[in-house]
Amino acid sequence: MLKQTEGSHAVAEAVALCRPEVICAYPISPQTHIVEGLGEMVKSGDLKDCEFINVESEFAAMSVAIGSSATGARTYTATASQGLLFMVEAVYNASGLGLPIVMTVANRAIGAPINIWNDHSDSLSQRDCGWIQLFAETNQEALDLHIQAFKLAEELSLPVMVCMDGFILTHAYERVDIPTQEQVDAFLPPYEPRQVLDPAEPVSIGAMVGPEAFMEVRYLAHAKQMQALERIPQMAEEFQAVFGRAIGGLTHSYRTDDADTIVIAMGSVLGTIKDVVDEMRDAGEKIGVLGITSFRPFPIAAVAAALKHCKRFVVLEKSLAVGSGGIVATDVRMAVTGMGLKGYTVVAGLGGRAITKKSLHALFAKAGRGELEPVTFLDLDWQVVNRQLERERQTRRSGPAAESMLRDVGTVASKIA
Amino acid sequence: MSLQPVKFYQTGTFTVGNRLLAPEERSVQANMQRTSSLNSGHRACQGCGEALGARYAIDAAMNATNRQLIAANATGCLEVFSTPYPETSWQIPWIHSLFGNAAAVATGIAAAIKVKKQKGQGGDVRVVAQGGDGGTTDIGFGCLSGMFERNDDVLYICYDNGGYMNTGVQRSSATPPAARTATTMPLGPEPGNVFDQGKFVPAIAMAHEIPYVATATVADLRDLEYKVTKAMGIRGARYIHILVPCPLGWGTASHDTIRMARLAKETGIFPVFEAEYGEVKSVLAIRRPLPVEEYLRPQKRYAHLFGKSPAVATIARIQALADKNIRKYRLQARQGEH
Amino acid sequence: MDKPFAITLKPGSSLANHTGSWRTTRPEYVDRLPPCNAACPAGENIQGWLFHAESGDYEKAWHALVENNPLPAIMGRVCYHPCEGGCNRQHMDSAVGINSVERFLGDEANKHGWKFAPAAATSGRRVLVIGSGPAGLSAAYHLTRMGHKAVIYEEAPLAGGMMRFGIPKYRLPREVLDTEIQRLLDFGVELHLETKVTDVQEMMKGGFDAVFLGVGAHIAKRAYIPAGDANKVLDAVAVLRGMEDHDAPLLGRRVVVYGGGNTAIDVARTAKRLGAEESIIVYRRTRDKMPAHDFEVEEALQEGISIKWLSTITEAGMGERGDDIMVEKMALDENGFPQPTGEFERMEADSVVLALGQDADLSLLENVPGLVVDKGMIQVDAGMMTGHPGVFAGGDMAGNERTVTVAVGHGKKAARAIDAWLRGEQYAAPPKPELATFDRMNAWYYSDAPKTMRPVLDIIRRQSTFEEVLGGLDETNALFEARRCMSCGNCFECDNCYGVCPDNAVIKLGPGKRFQFNYDYCKGCGICATECPCGAIRIVAEEN
Repeated sequence: MLKQTEGSHAVAEAVALCRPEVICAYPISPQTHIVEGLGEMVKSGDLKDCEFINVESEFAAMSVAIGSSATGARTYTATASQGLLFMVEAVYNASGLGLPIVMTVANRAIGAPINIWNDHSDSLSQRDCGWIQLFAETNQEALDLHIQAFKLAEELSLPVMVCMDGFILTHAYERVDIPTQEQVDAFLPPYEPRQVLDPAEPVSIGAMVGPEAFMEVRYLAHAKQMQALERIPQMAEEFQAVFGRAIGGLTHSYRTDDADTIVIAMGSVLGTIKDVVDEMRDAGEKIGVLGITSFRPFPIAAVAAALKHCKRFVVLEKSLAVGSGGIVATDVRMAVTGMGLKGYTVVAGLGGRAITKKSLHALFAKAGRGELEPVTFLDLDWQVVNRQLERERQTRRSGPAAESMLRDVGTVASKIA
Repeated sequence: MSLQPVKFYQTGTFTVGNRLLAPEERSVQANMQRTSSLNSGHRACQGCGEALGARYAIDAAMNATNRQLIAANATGCLEVFSTPYPETSWQIPWIHSLFGNAAAVATGIAAAIKVKKQKGQGGDVRVVAQGGDGGTTDIGFGCLSGMFERNDDVLYICYDNGGYMNTGVQRSSATPPAARTATTMPLGPEPGNVFDQGKFVPAIAMAHEIPYVATATVADLRDLEYKVTKAMGIRGARYIHILVPCPLGWGTASHDTIRMARLAKETGIFPVFEAEYGEVKSVLAIRRPLPVEEYLRPQKRYAHLFGKSPAVATIARIQALADKNIRKYRLQARQGEH
Repeated sequence: MDKPFAITLKPGSSLANHTGSWRTTRPEYVDRLPPCNAACPAGENIQGWLFHAESGDYEKAWHALVENNPLPAIMGRVCYHPCEGGCNRQHMDSAVGINSVERFLGDEANKHGWKFAPAAATSGRRVLVIGSGPAGLSAAYHLTRMGHKAVIYEEAPLAGGMMRFGIPKYRLPREVLDTEIQRLLDFGVELHLETKVTDVQEMMKGGFDAVFLGVGAHIAKRAYIPAGDANKVLDAVAVLRGMEDHDAPLLGRRVVVYGGGNTAIDVARTAKRLGAEESIIVYRRTRDKMPAHDFEVEEALQEGISIKWLSTITEAGMGERGDDIMVEKMALDENGFPQPTGEFERMEADSVVLALGQDADLSLLENVPGLVVDKGMIQVDAGMMTGHPGVFAGGDMAGNERTVTVAVGHGKKAARAIDAWLRGEQYAAPPKPELATFDRMNAWYYSDAPKTMRPVLDIIRRQSTFEEVLGGLDETNALFEARRCMSCGNCFECDNCYGVCPDNAVIKLGPGKRFQFNYDYCKGCGICATECPCGAIRIVAEEN
């Protein structure tokens, strides 16, 4: 059913269609609307046989999820940014225990300085936590990926994060196609837990594992992710068979067939990039786009295959490995090891900084000319940065950097004495 | 149901079992078919009070629920000594997640059970969360308070041995004043743990006005079993705080574990009571009143109080704390009771 | 369930980990000697029979009791219960009323007509028992149990010895005595009354394989008191014996008893019951030196008996009617011995009864070679055998402490030795376990329960009749009293060890079967031993 709705609400409806049994909620922007929507559905009775629990923290949210999932309930929660970091210990624990929890991460920057806007720092900080991470490009993909996520999680007994850009997707009203309950039921079978806390067949879950078996346990976690690499594309096909939409998979190539330059990115920014690429193609540039849907497991082979015929690639990512450069770029570079490609890392859109077509045009053109620095910070205000660096060079007590720079920038927020 | 002391004059009310009682009046621990939820082969120290308390409590809970029980366990001694790969001592469905989240994990289990039951896919299974004092009064306190406040259908059991024993005896917010730990050494002007710190979580649990809060010790098995059984008969959030002496951390002989718990209760150091919806309903009165010195002296963690010149003032301060408990909870020995 | 590797484990799999290897000390179950048993001259396993009484199985309790003592109804009345003096319960509130429970069991047995368990197969050996007092009856009983034929020769017309002719009825009703003797006869003990043995050796030749002498001590000791003819000076043995005749002795209105033992008390109380207006005991020393048991003195005083302390009778039969006596006041010297003071007092007495002790009549032994008699007592070895092989002796004639209980103990001891001797062996008593002292116990587990008082006969009836002074317990309070037993040193299946083991390493074997340590898992912490209420677990060092 086609519907004009907010991204968060579309996701809430998709999650509800998956018949979750336990939902834990703790408010943090920009994820709030999703759990608000679900809470309303549980309270109204539209979503039956589901416990909606208002917990006291994200750490509790994930912990409650661990308990309910281990007891055989299909479990969902959502978070973002600081919330994800606050639950990190439990995030690792959920994957370590192999519990198929599905969690939406409404991607948002991490403080300090505190910032509620979108980038990918939160999810990418958890790249090694053992969860599958799927990035949605559109609201339609976001809602569809949740349906796939439950199936994938439960088949593999692994938790899945569905990452969607905070505000850009979560708060955007768009037309989406909401599937029917019959469609979802046809695609997603009831949860058959691999292990469950059950008095009829007691087990101890969460043993202490020493050096004699720990490596093996970790390898098995890795092996499961490798299985996911095979399962994710198949699932996209199965999904298409039921829902008639090509959603999911590991990567999406766009106009890459004869491209000399391929731009690689994740999430909603792909839309802007595709527009720019279309315009550059119209101008005769051989440029294409590779969108990564599955960041974990990282599709090394798929990325290598997609880049096989290009000359250069630009990884444009909404994240920063401070002191190193790109996070996604590092994985991409590993994927193309030995292929002799020129690669560029572009850090863009941190903390919600707009990524404009104009900037992208200039950026890609520069890349095409081979003039791009190995690591570029897109639209960085060098004047502000340099002034602050100078201040710090001159004065030991230069004061808080963020506030000083805000004063320089002169935005509304700077009017704090 | 109320605590009905067994009037039997050979063994009194106080032994584990009694061959002369009707089977239904005997303690769970006396039963040859008890679940022994925490089985032999665990790696707890000799004379571990927590191992004992956990079997007492969980066996009673198993008995009260017709063996329909799931337990969530915080990280700590109990978890480490019971489930080192490849062996577990638990005979019940059991999960260990993290140090600070046992209450929340239990909430999740309870939620799952509720839904399964609604859907006709599961029976009336009950949930216990358990942890040591560190996992309860410190790192797990947020989750614990949340579980209380939501009145989730969970019995949380804290096995209090007054410190982080698993990591090598460091101070927790349940470490008593003057006690030596690895982080409150008997040095300086105020040796051992300082006074006027710490918290008594049963009182905080009562402030949540949850249906049931109780304290118990491993020295009063029948009282402990009565409280666990009673707790399992109530829906909503429940809390039982059990004093479990730790031979390692307290510096006591392994055979004195129960004796130490008894002394803690008889001196008034540890008040044993039960409360419903925030109000104390009954106390286990002191039977043979003793000065706190009797309790302190056998413990090496208080050895600095009994050197060449005994720390009379410090002992008096501890006595004052015990006296306060006795006043506050009305623990005075009563005529005609045992 | 397809369990994830290592993270998820099969329940109870820790049984593979044998933590018993950590142990440096190990607990062991022991049976220690309860102080009551240790103190019992009859060698009763008191804790053992109380164990059954506690569960209300009085018949089983009685059977356990009569394994050592065939006369519980008598014993429950006349024994001075040294067991209660040893009882650990006195360190908590007061000693268990063992004696009263014993009497209750004896009375139950008499009421219900319980019989002894069948004896062992007949050995074909015959043992002559001379005397039917407690020693003789006990020896005959135990010999019969062991399969030997015991034949009692009794000089008197009735059996029972001093129990009949020395102990007043108000302490031991005769029907109780008769019932318990009859049970012995029903059991197979052969009794010949009014049969005096004059030559022991002759009897041995006449078909007896061994002899047990239990002739008692019936001959009253005399003290020289100058006396006129009119005054009646009697001896206690004769007075008490006379009580069994048709006509009770005539003692008069004012009776003076001379002596300080239990017999003096018995006579004084008997005199009161015979109608004496005044019954006065004259004793040389003070109350704390008096050999009579305190409770008997107390009962006598309650009944109106008066006692003149620190007094001796120097002359009797004085005055015109010859019914005055002279009493001299005594004073204790620094060694506690009474010394005359020269201070005299004359008092009226219709009769004077001397209760100064008794001697045994050893005339029947004159021809037996090898016998050694010292200070009027026949000398025996540890197995009660005299210097003459095959001749054993016990009771008042062989010991300083002349009580029914001691005599019963002698009889049992002798029977065991005779049994061994008949097989050409020597009886060796099994080594005694160590004593279950109070400090080996954990008294916490016993709740407070003061002793039940036996009903005491109304004072008026006590002064005028020979009804039994002390009543018995009824079923409820006998049970209560039995359950006050702390089972010192002997497991009573309280389940404490089973419960308190942090390692679940105690195996409960089921009712009556006690427990077993599972040394595969026992870490040797010792909590079981510390928390065992009755001290039936010891900790020993592990050797390897």
